[in-house]
Amino acid sequence: MIQLAVEIPYWGQSLLRVLGGLVAVLLPAGTIVYVFLFKMMSFMQSRLGPMEAGPYGSMQLLAEVSKWLQKEDIIPENADAKIFKIAPIIVLASTFLLVVVVPFGPDAWFTDFQAGVFYALAIGSVSVIGILIAGWSSANKYSYLGGLRAAGQLIAYELPMVLAVVGVVIQAGSMNLQQIVVAQNTQEIFGLDWIGLPFVLTQFVGFLIFMIAVQAELTQAPFDMPIAESELVSGYMTEYSGFRFLIFFIGEFATAGVFAFIASILFLGGWGVPFSWFGWESLDQVENWMNVVGPLIMLSKMMLLVGIIMWVRFSYPRFREDQLQRFAWKVLIPVSLANIAITAILKVAV
Amino acid sequence: MSLLAVLASDVNVAQNVGFYVIAAIMLFAAFSVVSTSDVVHAALWLVVVLGGVAAQYILAAAEFVAVSQVMVYIGAVMVLFLFGIMLTRSMIGSDTDVNNKGWGIGIPVALLMFGVLAYSVIDAFDNTVLVDRSEVQIASTTTAISDGYLGDYLVPLIALSFVLLAAAVGAIVLARKD
Repeated sequence: MIQLAVEIPYWGQSLLRVLGGLVAVLLPAGTIVYVFLFKMMSFMQSRLGPMEAGPYGSMQLLAEVSKWLQKEDIIPENADAKIFKIAPIIVLASTFLLVVVVPFGPDAWFTDFQAGVFYALAIGSVSVIGILIAGWSSANKYSYLGGLRAAGQLIAYELPMVLAVVGVVIQAGSMNLQQIVVAQNTQEIFGLDWIGLPFVLTQFVGFLIFMIAVQAELTQAPFDMPIAESELVSGYMTEYSGFRFLIFFIGEFATAGVFAFIASILFLGGWGVPFSWFGWESLDQVENWMNVVGPLIMLSKMMLLVGIIMWVRFSYPRFREDQLQRFAWKVLIPVSLANIAITAILKVAV
Repeated sequence: MSLLAVLASDVNVAQNVGFYVIAAIMLFAAFSVVSTSDVVHAALWLVVVLGGVAAQYILAAAEFVAVSQVMVYIGAVMVLFLFGIMLTRSMIGSDTDVNNKGWGIGIPVALLMFGVLAYSVIDAFDNTVLVDRSEVQIASTTTAISDGYLGDYLVPLIALSFVLLAAAVGAIVLARKD
């Protein structure tokens, strides 16, 4: 395990963890916005996107952020000011709490939580409260409808997400995300020990359900009814401007990044490479350099998954509200329940 | 034990300080739930109380219970509360009719409940000092819970899930008009 020349005191470790958490949330968010929202969307719409700020417009995001920070902080006269101010912070805070359980390497984790997956799913559901009260406190019918739609949608897609994860937990035999990574890199499939056992191979149905549910939890098109700019102006965010809008905006893409991290851990093998490549037997034998390479592997898997999310977002038109609810309750939940049953039977039988 | 003796003792000082800070926040939030005149504010103060309970579980090294608390009470029950309040009484601002005439009866009931709980806790544990558990023991609590309910407590678990299923089906039957 880790061998450091100097002993870092507890407060120093805590400080490093906070800094690491900020980097792990904000760096992917910025990258996602530039690569996908600015460049990929422009490419798909046959235009160049931002080109002026920095080489190929790479500094555009900094310009946008400083613009938002300078804007006036407007609170509608009839709004419930205190709750209006708290709401975006709840949404962003839940994203930061989410990254706490994500392991980025053999020793590069923030906390080694036994019930890691369960924690991530529970904290993911807290942001609903932020969105709901943002819509309510704005004193605006569009915001209010957007908030209610968001709550209905997030509750409906929370369930298939939890149920899809259960299959992975059964196969890995642990809810600890670190143990799930180790399980995928030490087991093997069809005797091919050089690919390990990424659970996307055995849990492909679960992976599909999880990614669809993530798409809906992030309210990305085709699940963007809560924002639905052609019906509701911009849903629960209608009255927000300046840095409070910025917080919602960062929250949206940071959450996309963190959920992609979690999906890559659950289904794609996380930070690890198959341990047999280097003759490692267990987590303790993993070399120290994986703490540097691991985060890079995670980042590339995250970019791949977010790329898929964004590709779907830019390609498909919006669902109708009743289609959305029916899809969650009548298709995704029964399929994921069947998935759990089959996984459990195979786990016991094989 | 006198206050000085408590201050001088060295049992898990950081956890004890955390316990009292969180408990104070929870008490304040609980009073706000019943004293505020806005239903949505009351619901949000209740979120603070329930979050405080989860934090206390974390301090007691019961992380699985803490996460369940967040998932069930904050993520599901409170969201449904807020959803219901906003669908039915969506006005911003104070509701004057939140407190009804019988609020005074609540005080003796609350005191009685507090007395029963305090008596049962003191009666059961008295002066027992819990041992400081090792990292390994804390790490295996989640496993212990799953072993418990899929082993010794399997029948009660299944019975309980049938009760909940019946309740869910009954709610749907009552709610559907056709």
